[in-house]
Amino acid sequence: MAEKTSLSLLAERLRNFPARPRTKIMEVCGTHTVAIRRAGIQHLLPAGAKLVSGPGCPVCVTPDHFIDEAVALARLGVIVTSFGDMLRVPGSRSSLEQERAAGSDIRAVYSPLDALQIAAATGRETVFLAVGFETTAPAIAAAGMMALEKKIANFSLLTALRLVPPALKALITPPQGDAAAEPTAVPQGDAADTEISGFLLPGHVSAVIGKQAYGFLEKHRLPGVISGFTAEDIITSLLHLLEMHNKGIYKIMNNYPRVVRDHGNERSRTVLAEAFAPVDAEWRGLGSIPASGLQLRPAFAVLDARRRFAIEVEAAPPRAGCRCGDVLRGRIDPPACPMFNKACRPDRPLGPCMVSSEGSCCAWVTYG
Amino acid sequence: MCLAVPMKIVEITGDMAVVESAGLRREVGIMLLANARINDWVLIHAGFAISKLSKKQARETLAIFAEGNFFG
Repeated sequence: MAEKTSLSLLAERLRNFPARPRTKIMEVCGTHTVAIRRAGIQHLLPAGAKLVSGPGCPVCVTPDHFIDEAVALARLGVIVTSFGDMLRVPGSRSSLEQERAAGSDIRAVYSPLDALQIAAATGRETVFLAVGFETTAPAIAAAGMMALEKKIANFSLLTALRLVPPALKALITPPQGDAAAEPTAVPQGDAADTEISGFLLPGHVSAVIGKQAYGFLEKHRLPGVISGFTAEDIITSLLHLLEMHNKGIYKIMNNYPRVVRDHGNERSRTVLAEAFAPVDAEWRGLGSIPASGLQLRPAFAVLDARRRFAIEVEAAPPRAGCRCGDVLRGRIDPPACPMFNKACRPDRPLGPCMVSSEGSCCAWVTYG
Repeated sequence: MCLAVPMKIVEITGDMAVVESAGLRREVGIMLLANARINDWVLIHAGFAISKLSKKQARETLAIFAEGNFFG
């Protein structure tokens, strides 16, 4: 089959590519992490090159505090609706799955529209856990607008939306001193390994924000390639990245033009910006990053579950032993965590990077 | 979590559309797209169309999806 032949040729080209020593490519998106490991692309990397996962798994970067807030809401007796991945994430005291077993009304949904429908059908207070990046935020903004238009007054949002470019900026320009939130020290001698050579950029986040959103990478002398999710997409994107790194070319390339327009989706960005404004936000492993989250604008504040229910949750204690934060920064590979696949496994995960199917730790165990 | 699937618009009512792919029908929001039209192939994420594909692009993407390799 012609296609297979071209794929095996690409694989061969990647394996034999003369990569510079200590080339470190970060795949930002959790969906890429899974696609890479499932196809075994990590085994095709040439000598000297290495792939590390980044902070692009929404479940993984959401702080424990958010789960604690969701648990508190569930205990108030409201209906809590969420994308399924969030349910198993342990907060500091409980998870939504545990709360559901204890009798709380917690429902997994595919779309915020499903949550809106639950609110309309039941007439009960219904909160949607608004987690995700720029791909998802416009959909949540649109659902919020529909709730206001249709006067579905028992619908609200608990928000923890995050923006990708500010997190990448924080990764390549680390704050002075140790401002990272989690006290997980970088092992001695690791410093040279922490430098990122280029980014495999997320496909569907880029469909919304476009190529220009990554212009800052060029200023930092880093290449980036927006990639689709097939093995062919990823291998060609990696070849482009390795070549740009070798030649000292620092450009953003769109290698997913069948979905991503260079200027992104302006309508989606307009809807997003009507409902949400950027706000400083906490990321697991990265600490607080300026203007990296989204909060509801005053005209939409009536949808804010934090205001509506006045929930107050104590600060979550640091998660003992879990090195998810270092994994999310690309500082360590999952097996460097002492709990990896021992105390913390996909069937009984302790840390968020093992809970989410898109988490780096889970992908390492599942696909090797 | 940024999974998205290509589907074809078969019906439009205001800001909502019925989309179809491989015999599966769903109602989705189309207010995140400028100029969504019947017969357009669109990428669906979290109940909304987020990007338009050309017919050719959609076919390629669907073929990949059918092979089980399409994650995005």
